[in-house]
Amino acid sequence: MRIIFVSPDGSERSISVREGMSIMAVATSNGIDGIVGECGGNAMCATCHVYISDERLKSLSEEEDELLEGTAEGRTSESRLGCQVKLTGDLDGLRVRLPARQV
Amino acid sequence: MTVPQEQPATEGRRGNGGALPVSDFDPFSIEFFKDPFPIHEELRECGPLFYLSRYGIYGVARYEQVHQVLMDWQTFCSSRGVGLADFAKEKPWRPPSLVLEKDPPEHDRARKILSKVLSPVTVKKLRESFEASAERTVDALLVRGRFDGIGDLAEAYPMSVFPDAVGLGAEGREHLLPYAGLAFNAFGPPNELRDQAIAKATPHVAYVTEQCRRENLAGAGFGAEVHAAVDAGQITSEEAVLLVRSLLTAGIDTTVNGIGAALYCLARFDDQWEALRSEPQLARNAFEEGIRFESPVQTFFRTTTRAAEVGGHVIPEGSKVLMFLGAANRDGRKWERPEHYDIRRVTSGHVGFGAGIHMCVGQLVARLEGELILSALARKVKRIRITGEPVRAFNNTLRGLRSLPMEIE
Repeated sequence: MRIIFVSPDGSERSISVREGMSIMAVATSNGIDGIVGECGGNAMCATCHVYISDERLKSLSEEEDELLEGTAEGRTSESRLGCQVKLTGDLDGLRVRLPARQV
Repeated sequence: MTVPQEQPATEGRRGNGGALPVSDFDPFSIEFFKDPFPIHEELRECGPLFYLSRYGIYGVARYEQVHQVLMDWQTFCSSRGVGLADFAKEKPWRPPSLVLEKDPPEHDRARKILSKVLSPVTVKKLRESFEASAERTVDALLVRGRFDGIGDLAEAYPMSVFPDAVGLGAEGREHLLPYAGLAFNAFGPPNELRDQAIAKATPHVAYVTEQCRRENLAGAGFGAEVHAAVDAGQITSEEAVLLVRSLLTAGIDTTVNGIGAALYCLARFDDQWEALRSEPQLARNAFEEGIRFESPVQTFFRTTTRAAEVGGHVIPEGSKVLMFLGAANRDGRKWERPEHYDIRRVTSGHVGFGAGIHMCVGQLVARLEGELILSALARKVKRIRITGEPVRAFNNTLRGLRSLPMEIE
């Protein structure tokens, strides 16, 4: 399966992913600059903030919801934490928009 | 020093991983602390799990196994102590921490309060005042030119911001670093470091215990926010005192050693200092990479709640397992060119702050301090030079320097 990262300037990168990885893990292991992931995926730092508009996604947990209040770039209804979105098989082709800043 | 040797497996230590490497090497010796890296390498290469016969404990030094132990709190618990002492058999030297030395569900209730007090939202609000203090610190050092990079910078900066952020009174702050040093020494065996720290503990413990009480904390700050959870019915006032104690134990010495680590790296790796000067926005990652490279918190223990499989071996229930965080952070299986300090490295996943449910709750405050002081240096300082022999500080858990004579211009 593949997911597509969309940079703030509109450029796109399609990346082949292994099922079960998180968006944050895919980004940091593929040199996607727009995601930092300072806490390594422990839902603590809010530096893997992304925007996704896709009905296939599961809804926010309370923890993710609280952390999204602290993102560097403004939160919208499409805001998610990349470390909390696990790439299950049904998310093939997911489009992930990157914010301009994470800190 | 003896490094792990393959030894015929004895009963209870046999698994499909073959013979378990056994060593009588002392991971709490001054000799090891002086230069842990060659031993780290041998520990990683001897196998995914080894047995340290001197203390009757198991050890992991590869990234994969250290991460495994950190993440599996059900099997590798913290409530029996994260030092050598097993709280199931020995009385702890102080009342256990409500976060560090507890397991879920008890742990989660207390942790939630600290996470909120130290959340990204709260930490953002500190940026402006912390930044002003970082600028002042560097400006003053530029006037002096020559100074001690540890006492005058790595200690002075956190001491200028963190105690105020907690809401501590002006008196007695000199007890903070000795108290933290004591707490981190106490995780080790009853060696000279631990015994001496405990022998001198009384005034430091008295200060911290007193400072953690609500009436002694400022009306605004981390301390007051923890106590506000009492009003909300989330914790008792006794628990609030212990949670504030966690802030004082883990919030300063660690950051001091983190900043000291990054500074020592930047003073040694000229190309990285130049890279930081040309792109000061790399300051945050320069700090993070310093944490990976030096690992200010070198080790922590867990205790097995049941027989556990690690690297093809079986660890019996009730065993102490020592995680070499510093070794995991330089494991070539995980990191490319691990022995290079590289401020452009993707550092995500290092275990310098731990991982899993006990991962450092104050990491955002630490990063803020690290970023701001390095950024101020990068923008204001042209050259940075070590002018004398750095002196190492020895602690059973923490790695850092006692002094770093240096010059800036």
